[in-house]
Amino acid sequence: MEGLQELAQQADSAISAASDLAALEQLRVHYLGKKGAVTEQLKALGQLPPAERPQAGQTINQGQTTYPAGFEARKQALQLSVLDAQLRDEAIDVTLPGRGYAVGGLHPITRTLNRIEQFFSQMGFTVASGPEIEDDFHNFEALNIPPHHPARAMHDTFYFPNNMLLRTHTSNMQIRMMEQQPPPIRLVAMGRVYRCDYDQTHSPMFHQIEGLVVDDGISMADLKGMLYDFLHAFFEDEKLDIRFRPSYFPFTEPSAEVDIRRKGGDWLEVLGCGMVHPEVFRHVGYDSERFTGYAWGMGAERLAMLRYGVRDLRLFFDNDLRFLQQFR
Amino acid sequence: MRISEQWLRDWVQPDVSSSELADQLTMAGLEVDKIEPAAPAFEQVVVGRVRTLTPHPQADKLKIAQVDVGAAELLQIVCGAPNVAPDICVPTALLGAVLPGGLKIKQAKLRGVASQGMLCSARELGLADDHGGLLILPPDSPPGTDLRTLLGLDDTIIEVDLTPNRGDCLGMAGIAREVSVLNRCPLTPPVIEPVVPTLNDTFSVSLTAAAGCPRFVGRVVRNINPAARSPLWLTERLRRAGLRSLGPVIDITNYIMLELNHPMHAYDLNKLQGGIEVRWGQAGEQLPLLNEQTVTVDDDTLLITDARGPIGLAGIMGGASTEVDSTTRDVFFECAFFTPITIAGRARRYGLHTDASQRFERGVDPQGQMRAVERATRLLLDIAGGEAGPLVDTCVAEQLPQPATVKLRASRIERVLGMQISDDDVEDILTRLGMQLERLSDGWQACPPSNRFDIEREEDLIEEIGRIRGYNQLPRSASQSRLPLADCPEDQISTARLREVMLQRDYFEAITYSFIEPQLQQQLDPEQPPLPLANPISADMAVMRTNLWPGLIKTLRYNQARQQQRIRLFEIGLTFRGSLDNIEQKPYLGGLICGDIFPEQWGSPRRSVDFYDLKGDVDALLALSGRSYQYRPATHPALHPGQSAVIEYNRQPIGWLGALHPSLQNQLELEQSVYVFELSLTALQTAVIPQAHELSKFPQSRRDLAIVVGAEISAQSVADTIHRHAGERLRKVELFDVYQGKGIAENQKSLAFSLIFQDFSSSLTDHSIDEMLAGIIAGLKQDLGANLRN
Repeated sequence: MEGLQELAQQADSAISAASDLAALEQLRVHYLGKKGAVTEQLKALGQLPPAERPQAGQTINQGQTTYPAGFEARKQALQLSVLDAQLRDEAIDVTLPGRGYAVGGLHPITRTLNRIEQFFSQMGFTVASGPEIEDDFHNFEALNIPPHHPARAMHDTFYFPNNMLLRTHTSNMQIRMMEQQPPPIRLVAMGRVYRCDYDQTHSPMFHQIEGLVVDDGISMADLKGMLYDFLHAFFEDEKLDIRFRPSYFPFTEPSAEVDIRRKGGDWLEVLGCGMVHPEVFRHVGYDSERFTGYAWGMGAERLAMLRYGVRDLRLFFDNDLRFLQQFR
Repeated sequence: MRISEQWLRDWVQPDVSSSELADQLTMAGLEVDKIEPAAPAFEQVVVGRVRTLTPHPQADKLKIAQVDVGAAELLQIVCGAPNVAPDICVPTALLGAVLPGGLKIKQAKLRGVASQGMLCSARELGLADDHGGLLILPPDSPPGTDLRTLLGLDDTIIEVDLTPNRGDCLGMAGIAREVSVLNRCPLTPPVIEPVVPTLNDTFSVSLTAAAGCPRFVGRVVRNINPAARSPLWLTERLRRAGLRSLGPVIDITNYIMLELNHPMHAYDLNKLQGGIEVRWGQAGEQLPLLNEQTVTVDDDTLLITDARGPIGLAGIMGGASTEVDSTTRDVFFECAFFTPITIAGRARRYGLHTDASQRFERGVDPQGQMRAVERATRLLLDIAGGEAGPLVDTCVAEQLPQPATVKLRASRIERVLGMQISDDDVEDILTRLGMQLERLSDGWQACPPSNRFDIEREEDLIEEIGRIRGYNQLPRSASQSRLPLADCPEDQISTARLREVMLQRDYFEAITYSFIEPQLQQQLDPEQPPLPLANPISADMAVMRTNLWPGLIKTLRYNQARQQQRIRLFEIGLTFRGSLDNIEQKPYLGGLICGDIFPEQWGSPRRSVDFYDLKGDVDALLALSGRSYQYRPATHPALHPGQSAVIEYNRQPIGWLGALHPSLQNQLELEQSVYVFELSLTALQTAVIPQAHELSKFPQSRRDLAIVVGAEISAQSVADTIHRHAGERLRKVELFDVYQGKGIAENQKSLAFSLIFQDFSSSLTDHSIDEMLAGIIAGLKQDLGANLRN
């Protein structure tokens, strides 16, 4: 059976020479198809002398299993190279920019207010907002600032022709909330406030965050605890140096201002606070013998300036996109 | 309030440094703004006495002085000051001296004459802005004495920013009291002995408006020397407090104010007519003031008058007609108590703010006027000679503030401060502060000193205790909360989520002023008159915005002027509508887009934004609510009439969107189309809670339907018509093509919809779908005149 051996060798070399899947398929048909060379050999088996038949049969059988394996291996190799070529062709420059929109950004003041809101929400405070055009009672009178009080001179107030005014602080919200509900109260109110003052360090509009807690047994120690915790959290600095110093607000007594120590060693005022003045409680009908409370107010712009290194207050209201884009 | 530390240490001598002193004051509630030297650094400046003065041979304006500086030889110094004269003592900078600003004094020749130093003005030494020539020193100043020693210039100025409740600290006496309390050291005030009158002269005073002025202490001093000068110690103390010297009489009244916190006034006695009457003004009365301003007063202003009319705005400023001048020989001193409520706000009403009004507004000690006048008289007699009449206290005692008594409960101290303070400490602190204490069973009755107007109730005393103990000594309790059950309403969408949508669509948030330029406001919302401010800060911030567009347009223009082409902005804030009687303050979310849809990029073709880009953004906001909204074509004066819509929920308008009107775009000089929207925040935040419905097990079928309708018919009405004629098995209708042009008649357009059908109980047959489709087509034809597209 010399022919069989030759056939096998021929097939082997043809398979390994097949350069693509189509040529390989042709070879498969040529050798293993219904009229293929191996099939022909099988048919010819009967004509061989009986003595040679077992030997030849064995060879053919061997071929029937080895040929397809050879084909399969070659096929996989060829498929792999086709995939390789495809992958090579489809390779792109992944450093090209992505398509479509970028993401916009929150105003740094909103960003600051959001962080503050998050802190106080976790502490169980209700977040409220309210009117910006306000009456004298809620902005001044009920906060123990009667007409002609010297503190009014510190609030350069914008008025409307009918004596309504733009609120000069968010403290109006203390009154509005206490009018609506009895103690206990845990409130933060934030929003725009207005003062008739415009220069490098004053904007006629800015933002405040007001806090109010009223309950049984609230003392200045609670106020200190809360504000220390807040300032440590806001600046993410447990070692932040903080001091409380006496000050004056008509609607708190005792009153304090709170300073933090900056890198250079200077103290910088960040908020005002105090124990709610009994006169304020009287205006909203709270029993100041039974309840005590604390309140604070702070400027969002100052906190944002400190946090984000903004040097000029006016940048907040120019809304220059080159500035806003720094707060994506 | 500028405090000379040297002067303060005359009154009280704590063993602390300047900076410790400043810290103490700050931590006691008297906030120190800054500490600075009383005089800038300079050295080698000594007292020089001009011995002789000769003209300069080469220059008319220069003179040659021979100056005694206490050395063996006189110095020859060339000087050009107008007031140089023989025998005066002046500051003399020696060779080698360095003056403020770095000027070094060297041997020099001035127009050919050698000069061995420099005679100095106050300005050259950084002591004042005075241009008037050489600083003249007292004639008995010993030549050669270092000027810093002579004037005590190595002093520190502590500048204190006082809160309105601490009017008592607007004088040295009050500050010194605080320092003595804080350091537990004694006060050593100057001894003030009554001046024994040598004249009987008095001047009549009547208090018609005693409620406003219950006390007026007056005194006549005659025959003072009009040529007398204020001594250096006096002018230096005034200078350090920021006041100019204006002659002995005025200087003394100012000094008493700085020292004892009693504003005084001095009249030229010979300019007064009849007697003084303190009364309310009559509307329209005119009063020329010392500052050359003439005010027309109202009937709510307290006046000092004489027989001829008003001669002073009580507690604010004196009048010009009776002022003391350089020829005044006879003086009438006034030291009054005006009640704070009488003075409060009045100075501002006349555009004034004076040292006197600041003090009277806050309250001065109603018991200290006699002492102040005695002190002033003594100083005047010492400085300018003269003879004093008797001190006359015109007083309506029942109108004076009555001494307050305030009850303090020991238990309340701890309730407020959160800290126990021993009874001994309470008594110690309050006593040091000058309070009279009476022990009660549960606390004390305290009577504050008459200069403290801020102690009216228990809390005021508790603050004093906390303040003197030190706020930093108070404990801090761990933050804790009685957590209320927080509401978490799912039918409310937070502004944070709305903002997030805007961010994801590449908008930047702006915060613009709530007041805006009237013209821009009018252009963008002409039908709504804005609320005007009575006292706007400037013309371009004069009215309240009625919608968010003016601020956004202003921001657009600001950024376009800075080469920004692609702008996407939003803002959340109140808008102000209605009338003054009925102000509506409602929150809105507004936005604006202009320029390219995408940032310039390689992978997407460039194109400008259009209406539908904006609508997509608005849709994204509206989608959060799960509610369905309608866009109805409508015209708005600021918007393009063919590209604007009102957004409605349940037929109620909740906002607008559209292209800015082209003529407005022209007026505003905007080169590209601008698209704006505004939505009621309240509407946007109201959501429905999803209710799940059953899913069909049967397959859905799609049919596409292309129709031709009149160009004016809205896509929405076609979709609505399809739904109306389809029945509930039509699940969804989507518009996927809009075509106008070749093959379609003019005035017509082709719309192509995909229709998804599905049933819950069976698979739909072609036949049943065809039937539904036929019904839809017939309905479209009947209602809208639509035909199937061929």
